Amino acid sequence: MKSETQVVHAGRDRDPYTGASSIPIYQTSTFAQPDPAHPGPYDYSRSGNPTREALEQALAELEGGAVGLAFASGMAAISSVFMLFKPGDHIVVTHDVYGGTYRALTTLFARWRLDHTFVDMTQPTLVRAAIRPETVALFVETPANPLLQITDLRVMAAIAAEHQILAMVDNTFLTPYLQKPIAFGFDIVMHSVTKFLGGHSDLVAGAVVTRDDDWGCRLKAVQNTFGAILGPQDAWLTLRGIKTLAARMEAQQRTAARVAEWLVDHPRVKQVYFPGLPSHPGREINESQAAGPGAIVSFELVDRPTTLNLLKRVELSLVAVSLGGCESILSYPVMMSHAGIPRPERLARGITDELVRLSVGLEAAEDLIADLEKALND
Amino acid sequence: MANEIKMETRLAQAGSRGDPRTGALTMPIYQTASFAHPELGRSTGFDYSRTANPTRLALETTLAEIEGGDRAFAFGSGLAAIDAVLRLFAPGDKIVVTEDLYGGTFRLFAQVARPIGIEPVFVDTSDTDLVARTLSDSSVKGLFVESPTNPLLKVADLGALAELCRARGVRFIVDNTFLTPYLQQPLAWGADLTVYSATKYLAGHNDVVAGAVVTSTSELSGLIGFYQNAVGAILGPMDAWLTLRGLKTLPLRLRYQQESARQIAEWLREHPRIDRVYYPGFGGMISFDVHDPERVEAILKGVNVFLFAESLGGVESLITYPLVQTHADMDPELLVRLGIGNRLLRLSIGIEHPDDLISDLEALL
Repeated sequence: MKSETQVVHAGRDRDPYTGASSIPIYQTSTFAQPDPAHPGPYDYSRSGNPTREALEQALAELEGGAVGLAFASGMAAISSVFMLFKPGDHIVVTHDVYGGTYRALTTLFARWRLDHTFVDMTQPTLVRAAIRPETVALFVETPANPLLQITDLRVMAAIAAEHQILAMVDNTFLTPYLQKPIAFGFDIVMHSVTKFLGGHSDLVAGAVVTRDDDWGCRLKAVQNTFGAILGPQDAWLTLRGIKTLAARMEAQQRTAARVAEWLVDHPRVKQVYFPGLPSHPGREINESQAAGPGAIVSFELVDRPTTLNLLKRVELSLVAVSLGGCESILSYPVMMSHAGIPRPERLARGITDELVRLSVGLEAAEDLIADLEKALND
Repeated sequence: MANEIKMETRLAQAGSRGDPRTGALTMPIYQTASFAHPELGRSTGFDYSRTANPTRLALETTLAEIEGGDRAFAFGSGLAAIDAVLRLFAPGDKIVVTEDLYGGTFRLFAQVARPIGIEPVFVDTSDTDLVARTLSDSSVKGLFVESPTNPLLKVADLGALAELCRARGVRFIVDNTFLTPYLQQPLAWGADLTVYSATKYLAGHNDVVAGAVVTSTSELSGLIGFYQNAVGAILGPMDAWLTLRGLKTLPLRLRYQQESARQIAEWLREHPRIDRVYYPGFGGMISFDVHDPERVEAILKGVNVFLFAESLGGVESLITYPLVQTHADMDPELLVRLGIGNRLLRLSIGIEHPDDLISDLEALL
């Protein structure tokens, strides 16, 4: 089945009882039981809810995994995955990981003695060197946030297999429509569903898909025990958003490519980070593992006043945190998504005071470019 | 409550002044992930809904106010709320915990806290002297109490326990799910934090899964707020709105449920086929032992007005079999010692007429 068809029909896309073409919103906490000896399929919505389950099944199908699980936020999904590990375990993490993941690892899970090492995952030798006897997993983000660095999924899966550790990836930026890491041997795929999957900037949600049933069962136990679940209304909105995932991603990445090309030629732009540009060092790897570059463009301005002026003057793009919605969102990583990373470490990762990140939405490319041009020339 | 206004009044208008721009009488559902910034470095006070969402904030503010707390935090479930409180402790700490507590909380302490080095010590917290002896161990850093307990409805002396905790610098946490701030105010007795499965009486309609933590000091608010944002186990805006909507009728519901529960407990006490009734005289929960365990299946299968389901605190009356439903994950030994056996049934009394509830049970007993 083509991806465009799959996103419209993935999971249980109709109500098994009435045939309604949209799964009902089961806004219920509990389920009456017909008979004590034969419990029904659902008992309590934390453990299982038909609306959430429809979404979970759709996500598992889209990623080509065995089990999908939906959480209250992307961070709740990632935190629940970290809860699979025990004190003393160690994970190797991409050095340009999302600021929220960085904060959870360094301030919270470090306290529970889940150890971590950040490495530049574009250098497989560094990844190999960071693996210790206690290492249990690799944590990859590709394209990474905010510099859109590309990590080779096949190589990472091979390293993980070689050391018999888990290969995990945050697939938020490309979604399964453009990139299916499980096909390359990844064990666990995580999402901030808030972004492209939900796609309308109207909900906060997270998800995890596991390659096999074993890790799926373990994570389902964490989901039930810890209870960071997604509510039925938000699960339903996500399912609704996924139906247009293919259409949105195609349009957004096409516009992103045009905006990126335009930015490259602008005299006040020092550097453009976009995996679709010929100058991007990870372009070939990305093309070999993903069906497109995605819709996030980061760029560095010539100086700080130009940067602040752009953020102040831009009218069409919303200045806000988050990404992946129908509306273009311009954000300032040092003060927003990556504020949790101390400045020296931020600078070492190339996240400078002149860097902005543009999540390209569904507006016309001409309008976005005209707006940026006006704001840059002011 | 901190101010003089009655709780009924405060709750009837929960969220009613939350949208000054339009004057809408109910809080808008802010189904949004992010908030546009007016300019760089200036925020409307809202940036990203994981960190803060106006609809969730209206619920959180209401919960803090009706309990006279510093702040309240809403979570994706009651267990997610309790987990946030667990994170106040460090490996090597011990927490004294009520022994006959909700099975999900037991599982969280035994299977999540214990593996990361936080040791739960389960005791009968209705025995104040026993708690005092247990707290004398200097590695005990917390006391987590359910009162009344689930499912045996034992009552702890919150004032006395708070005093013990204060003297020893131990954090005192009360799970106030069964009574809610309308019937019991643990912070006023000296507890540091209260936790709730808001799924139950607070939301009250069996239609939401939600949790909450209420703090007594700004220091605790800072810590819980940090964990809520960092881990992200938040409550979504629709569910926050439904909980806020449910809170408006909390006093009405709970008063009626308590009155019906008293009548039904009386009736059960007189019934020859009931061996023992557990009811503390307040609240809407009753547990009882039937004389003949063989009847349990017929009762669960035959109820017409009661619904056979887990959970509690909603407008619909529920009958639950703790041994196989809510407490299935508890140590078998502990279940035997506590008396949670194959004859024990738990009722959550709803807002149906009590006569209909009694007839439903009578026909099956």
